Amino acid sequence: MTASALSRAPSAALACCGLKVAFKRHEVLCGVDLEIRPGEWLGLIGPNGAGKSTLLRAIAGLVAYEGAVSLSDGTAPSAKDLSLVPQTPLWPSGMTVAEYVLLGRTAHLNWLASESLSDRRIVASVLRRLNLEHFAERLVTNLSGGEAQRVVLARALAQQAPILLLDEPTSALDLGHQSAVLELVDDLRRSDGLSVIAAMHDLSTAARFADRLVLIDEGRLVADGPPDSVLNAELLSAVYGTELTVQRLSAEIVVLPAPRSRGDLPETRNGTSPR
Amino acid sequence: MGQMADHLDDAAHLEDRALRVDQAGLVWGADRAFRLSGAVVLAAFAVLIAVGLLSATSGAAGLPVAGVVEALLAKLPLLGVESSLSERQESILFQIRLPRLVLGMLVGGSLGMAGAAYQGVFRNPLADPYLLGVSAGAGFGAVLAIGFGLDLGWGPFGAVPAAAFVGALLAVSASAAIARSSGSAPTTLLLAGVAMASLFAAAQTYALQQLSETRAREVLSWLFGQLNTSGWAQIWILGPYVMVCGLFLMTHRRHLDVLRVGDDEARALGLNPSRVRFGMIATSSLVTAAAVSVSGLIAFVGLVVPHIVRILVGHSYRVIVPLSALTGAAFLAFVDVGARTLVAPSELPIGVITSFVGAPFFVFVLWRGNTTAT
Repeated sequence: MTASALSRAPSAALACCGLKVAFKRHEVLCGVDLEIRPGEWLGLIGPNGAGKSTLLRAIAGLVAYEGAVSLSDGTAPSAKDLSLVPQTPLWPSGMTVAEYVLLGRTAHLNWLASESLSDRRIVASVLRRLNLEHFAERLVTNLSGGEAQRVVLARALAQQAPILLLDEPTSALDLGHQSAVLELVDDLRRSDGLSVIAAMHDLSTAARFADRLVLIDEGRLVADGPPDSVLNAELLSAVYGTELTVQRLSAEIVVLPAPRSRGDLPETRNGTSPR
Repeated sequence: MGQMADHLDDAAHLEDRALRVDQAGLVWGADRAFRLSGAVVLAAFAVLIAVGLLSATSGAAGLPVAGVVEALLAKLPLLGVESSLSERQESILFQIRLPRLVLGMLVGGSLGMAGAAYQGVFRNPLADPYLLGVSAGAGFGAVLAIGFGLDLGWGPFGAVPAAAFVGALLAVSASAAIARSSGSAPTTLLLAGVAMASLFAAAQTYALQQLSETRAREVLSWLFGQLNTSGWAQIWILGPYVMVCGLFLMTHRRHLDVLRVGDDEARALGLNPSRVRFGMIATSSLVTAAAVSVSGLIAFVGLVVPHIVRILVGHSYRVIVPLSALTGAAFLAFVDVGARTLVAPSELPIGVITSFVGAPFFVFVLWRGNTTAT
């Protein structure tokens, strides 16, 4: 299985073969085969508990798994190859933004060495790139949601890994900050040739940014392909257990719940409702 | 409104900050990140020396400060300083005062840096060698070793430190195992430590009861915490442990800052949390055990000292670990002056004084509600 997956895509940036994860006796991932090409944005979608986060965590080496995760040269990835933007980062009190981003250099330091001037330069350039320069000495506990998300992203970039894993990166942000952060990731991906694997909740947003979507349900890959083929109303409705429609607004694909019949709603609710 | 003001403020600062980007292309904050300021280290050394002089000159036989300084400088070659102390004063200084002072500093420094490391490893500002049962375990081991005839004097790797170390490691791993199996809240670990401490204290009491009365009294006075020295012998026992463990903690303290983002993120950043934790716990327990084996149980130093450092200087373990060692040394030397002089001509057990200081401080920490401030 491993051999066939490798021969199929020698140019894959990362390949998972027969990935299985079980918590106690419950299988969360049951044999996932997946590969990502260099520079690709891969969106992981699926209902709550489908195994999106677990797949990311297995790739990042945070949970024990069976099967193999390998880079193009066949070796297992380390923190120099993968950086992770967690869903809910833990913010240490009293730590400044610059210090937090400097932690991203951990994988590049020898066991006993501390950060060199060049590590500090990398942090400085990442901060400048994400317009966080004047935040350098602000405490990480005093950031707004959008700023905090940029700071975690800065830490991941300081890691200088070619593959970026995002776990629901924008679930805590409003619409404006959501697209700002994702646009930023997309720019960085294009300029640095990063590969991005992102677990995403919102299907329309996933369709907008991802080159390719992978639909996961109950630990299995159900569909894998470009957004317009994976976002199929029939398939999504079956997986999410509710009726969904897929609409096209010019170039965008939008997934919406099927229209409710409004006949039973009182007239006054229409238009006059404060929400 | 507040946000508006923030933005204006930011705009005003932007230009100012831009000026701070130096020619090497560094952002000012990035340059300063995690740096331990030299001035702070110098200040800590100054306090340590001041406390040292205070300790050397206070006591029944008053020694003049200038005389002590001269006598010390006279020991250095090539300076040509003559000591003005009498022979009797010199022997008080070099055979009684200094050994006790140095021992106090070594014990205080050990407990301070071990406390800092425990707080980092457990991500819990209330972790302390005493509260986690480490000291009780070490005490139990030491009671067995002293009480049942394994005497001091096996050179640097004495039987008492070895027994104390085994006891300490047993207690701390039991506390950690209990806490891990029943949730990771900060209080769980603390309660597990309390349970272990009582268990080992009970075992210790039982062992004491089995001893003859004279032996038991000897062990008891040791347990209260004391820095009674007989010359430099104990310093040669403790010294090597402090050197080796101190070197390890100093070179690995950077990892404690990485652990602050949580185990998962630390692993994603390329650090193996279990490996770091194991190394740090083993080292801190070893140095705590060695300190306990020469000085008995001295509580709360490992809790109070890193906290004071954190409040005064900062949150980073790169700063907290070395400064806790220096501050712990100064703190215990200072407390020992009190132990020797408060009820002169008799002496207070030093552990009693540290508990009198430490227990209210512990309450203060709880009151500040700072339990997550690691």
